[in-house]
Amino acid sequence: MRTVNIRVNGKLVSRPVEDRLSLADFVRDHCLLTGTHVGCEHGVCGACTLLMDGKPVRSCITLAAAADECDVRTVEGYRDDPLMQAIHAAFNLRHALQCGFCTPGMLATAYDMLSRIPDLDRDRIRIELGGNLCRCTGYLSIIQAIEDVHAQRVAKAATPPSKG
Amino acid sequence: MKPAPLSYSRPEALSGVLDALRQSSGDARVIAGGQSLGPMLNFRIAQPRQLVDISRIDALCTTAMEGDALAIGACVTHARIEDGEIPDVTLGLMRHIARGIAYRAVRNRGTIGGSLAHADPAADWLATMIALDASVRLQSTPGVRQLKVADFVVGALDTQIVEAEVISHVLVPRLTASARWGHNKYAKKSGDFAESAAISIFDGERGVARVVLGRRAEPPALMQRTSEQLAADGGRPSGGAEAAVEADLRSLGVKPGDWTMHRVIVMRALRDMAT
Repeated sequence: MRTVNIRVNGKLVSRPVEDRLSLADFVRDHCLLTGTHVGCEHGVCGACTLLMDGKPVRSCITLAAAADECDVRTVEGYRDDPLMQAIHAAFNLRHALQCGFCTPGMLATAYDMLSRIPDLDRDRIRIELGGNLCRCTGYLSIIQAIEDVHAQRVAKAATPPSKG
Repeated sequence: MKPAPLSYSRPEALSGVLDALRQSSGDARVIAGGQSLGPMLNFRIAQPRQLVDISRIDALCTTAMEGDALAIGACVTHARIEDGEIPDVTLGLMRHIARGIAYRAVRNRGTIGGSLAHADPAADWLATMIALDASVRLQSTPGVRQLKVADFVVGALDTQIVEAEVISHVLVPRLTASARWGHNKYAKKSGDFAESAAISIFDGERGVARVVLGRRAEPPALMQRTSEQLAADGGRPSGGAEAAVEADLRSLGVKPGDWTMHRVIVMRALRDMAT
């Protein structure tokens, strides 16, 4: 056992945990944030993807102990984040989730690629999404939703600020 | 599944890691990003009693030029290489390779040292580092030794690393400005391990011509005849390349079912040099 101090969605959580506990089980069982889903539990399906120090990681193959003193953001932690609001709206409009199991990982991955890659296009979105499996096979809608948000961001950046 | 019970420690410095390994009587494993070891722990294929985390040791997360080689700290992540955060001594080859490793979430945690220590034959760094004639620096309590990556790897998932030893750096020789490289790989889905991967390097100024083939189950192989042909062609692959590739595939004992795939991938890597 050890005590970890992990900032989860802005709030510092100090908990004694077993050394072998995964970060995914830490956020689900210790922080009761069950939005993070555990699918394959060996780093293949991407459902457990969350942001650690701002970067997407597989929380099922990251130990909670290894995340000690880190900043973790789960799917519950985006309230008032304009980029994530836009992604939510686009996922809603495009019907980019069916059963919703892969969605937390898809959102984290979408958030990362939209903030990191300025010249996103459909091919790049497909490659970037390669690590997130959707067993409903709803990939096309997910890709379209991300494309929509990217197009909105490009259009916004190109519009000069209004003087009103 | 969940890992078997274990104890985890994260020493502040390399000396602490070496102490922990020495005192462990062989049941400790070094962990950095855990992108290979993590799944093995969850499957309980690996059941170490102790994990010694080296991922936050500053000295292993930096790079420095050492003469004509770049010493890359073992804990530099694939993502940092992809993002160009380390000096480019390979004319963009390492950035290109890093970008094709698995997925961004894996690249954010996975490290170059960890990839070489794990020695999955299909891993991108293994074939790349052999093609670049890179070395690994291994540290232990008695001292330091350096091995060419080609000698370090002895088989699939098997290396010359001994208990109580840890990779501290990967040393990559600098390519000269006139050098050229080519790369191609085939995987069943983007980000998956490659079924076949080829890297070709020609650095005339340093007299280097090397073509390496990576496969799914066997360690990367130097393609001797193809490399000689590349040298003879002055780095601009000619009509003689195909016969050399086939001769190499024969001497490697490539199975008929894999023959065309490997031949095409190597030829594509060679053609990639010409553009």
